[in-house]
Amino acid sequence: MLEHLELFFRSIFVDNMVFAVFLGMCSYLAVSKKVSTAVGLGAAVIFVLGVTVPLNWLLDQYLLQEGALVWLGPEYADYDLGFLSFILFIATIATMVQLVEIVVEKFSPSLYNSLGIFLPLIAVNCAILGGSLFMQAREIPNIGLALNYGISSGIGWFLAILAIAAIREKIRYSNVPAPLRGLGITFIITGLMGIGFQSFGGMLTGDNEPPEENQTTTVETKEDKEIKKEIEDKEKAISYNEAINK
Amino acid sequence: MALLSKKDANLIKDPLADNNPITIQVLGICSALAITAELKASVVMAISVLFVLGVGNVVISLLRNIIPAKIRIIVQLVVVAALVIIVDQVLKAFAYDLSKTLSVFIGLIITNCIIMGRFEAFALGNGPWKSFLDGIGNALGYGVILVIVGFFRELLGSGTLFGMKVLGDPIAKTGLYSIGYENNGFMIIPPAALIVVGIIIWVQRSRNRALIEEA
Repeated sequence: MLEHLELFFRSIFVDNMVFAVFLGMCSYLAVSKKVSTAVGLGAAVIFVLGVTVPLNWLLDQYLLQEGALVWLGPEYADYDLGFLSFILFIATIATMVQLVEIVVEKFSPSLYNSLGIFLPLIAVNCAILGGSLFMQAREIPNIGLALNYGISSGIGWFLAILAIAAIREKIRYSNVPAPLRGLGITFIITGLMGIGFQSFGGMLTGDNEPPEENQTTTVETKEDKEIKKEIEDKEKAISYNEAINK
Repeated sequence: MALLSKKDANLIKDPLADNNPITIQVLGICSALAITAELKASVVMAISVLFVLGVGNVVISLLRNIIPAKIRIIVQLVVVAALVIIVDQVLKAFAYDLSKTLSVFIGLIITNCIIMGRFEAFALGNGPWKSFLDGIGNALGYGVILVIVGFFRELLGSGTLFGMKVLGDPIAKTGLYSIGYENNGFMIIPPAALIVVGIIIWVQRSRNRALIEEA
């Protein structure tokens, strides 16, 4: 239960799809002019992520990982189909989006009308493929957590687009410098919001477990620190040796 | 140039400035920003996109009369995914550390909107040679922004370029650091990339006022 809660909050706030890893930026910038359309797209993203991440988790677990084919028989244990994951994931996403569109159109025309135009857009939304790829990279252990991860990162994306759409609706009445109008100011606001979201980073690190290393940037700074520490240690050791020699 | 007619040359020149994929068309931002904390990763990413977009545009352009309109998105995705797998495997074989740094972002070239956007907007309606030029031009326009952002973020954030300490050694206090200069840790964190791109857009649009958006 606790790990579910932790993953839930981590995916929404700490590893927010938009602010921490820049996924789904294209549609985030293009469809955030009005709150109502932003809500439609956000809902569609939550929905599709919630479906495709667990599905791709199953594919990854039983088809792609090294040794995943062992259920076919012991002679298949050596196969590693990992290199196929991009093509399989994107095929799954494209088919699922198509399928979801057909099912929603059949059973809930009102939902279809509100999501309708956004569903095809989503097939090429980086947040969806990114969700599956991060799920694979972070080695999420079971399907319940995969479902949780899909839905909660969808919610994080939803929050982000909702916030920026509301700000953009307001900013229309402000006197923005002409060259910054539109795209430029949206970038800068997103950057500032991202800095705000960085402050959630400390939220889950109170535990004695180290913060997860999946952002390239944090990994680099960490490595930098380690290198600095090593150099310092070496210097200390040298001066210590010198002191002994004297 | 005799090699390229004027029209063809414009296919390459336009996306570099006035029709830049990132700052004007707003395409391909997704996978661009997260990896620009250091210059090396930016350059590798730019080259990967150059390869995928150049070759992909030619392939789609050759297939454009065969692909049924209804399933063209799937066909395009398969072509991109195949090319990206090649890039990914090559990187894993020859630059393993770098492919770890880029992690999932190489895979995300598949959903990079520049690629689908150019396939849809250009390669489906033009011959292979023009499509190739268009692909190269757009990938270069994308690469230029990536390299500019990577340059400033690495220089100001870590004081290095391609991992070389161009501003002196921050620990030994040589070079600029001897007079009290400090690295700006802010440039390393992801949101700084957005702000740098915002500033690039600002500069570009104040130089070319025709690009300013209506509020």
